[in-house]
Amino acid sequence: MKDNIASLICGIIFGIGLIISGMTNPEKVLGFLSVTHNWDASLILVMFGAIFITAPMFYLLSKKSTSLLDSKITLPKIKHIDKKLLLGSVLFGIGWGLVGLCPGPAISSIALFEPITIIFIISMVLGILFNRYI
Amino acid sequence: MVSKLVYNFTPFNSLIGGCIIGASIVIYFYTTGRLAGISGILANSVINKVNRSSNFFFLLGLVIGPLIYLFFTKSLGVIKITDSLMLIILGGFLVGLGTRMSGGCTSGHGICGISRISFRSFIATITFILAGIITVFILQQFGVHL
Repeated sequence: MKDNIASLICGIIFGIGLIISGMTNPEKVLGFLSVTHNWDASLILVMFGAIFITAPMFYLLSKKSTSLLDSKITLPKIKHIDKKLLLGSVLFGIGWGLVGLCPGPAISSIALFEPITIIFIISMVLGILFNRYI
Repeated sequence: MVSKLVYNFTPFNSLIGGCIIGASIVIYFYTTGRLAGISGILANSVINKVNRSSNFFFLLGLVIGPLIYLFFTKSLGVIKITDSLMLIILGGFLVGLGTRMSGGCTSGHGICGISRISFRSFIATITFILAGIITVFILQQFGVHL
């Protein structure tokens, strides 16, 4: 129960951050990816702002083994660079460049009542499911 | 030339929004012990029974957050997106498939991973940004993107 409430609150904060930063608008994302024409550097500052907060806090919290709600802290263990990482990132980048939405803004864009984003989300879930069969 | 460099540029909003996203990731990690990578949360809410309800609540929050913001700022929000169904379906599919193959997206690799000084995430981030830039460049040559 507490886990659900914490997740809901964090989701709300994350969503507010996305809309303030303008990242729910694919035009801003495509503007960032368009380096040769009318480049919009905003996205890099969103990442910079987020990392500015998370990097020092993750470092401070890195010695903890359990979280506030007493669950085990789980961090990714894989460290090596493999084909799946590179191919997956290339495919994600292509999809990102085709529309200008990545998973977070895609979900948040439901709040903007643009029906076509629902089709994007359904396609994204199909992609997630497809990955289990390859 | 300067005006071209600052086209549509919103440095203040971007930095503030980024810091808020960072705060969300830190609180999520501190309370639940998990990393807030959205592609992972979405995928797990679909295919994994463990933490399914809390993953769902996080996604619900992602929608409620902007609604709260729009309500208090009395605005409708701006969204400019392609109306090509082919681009939407192909793009969505590749984003879902690619993020699962590589184990992360802009938040998981780009923010969480880089903050944890993960070389793997750094490589992933550089790769998807470059792939995105090349894709947009090619589409611009065909007049699909402006």
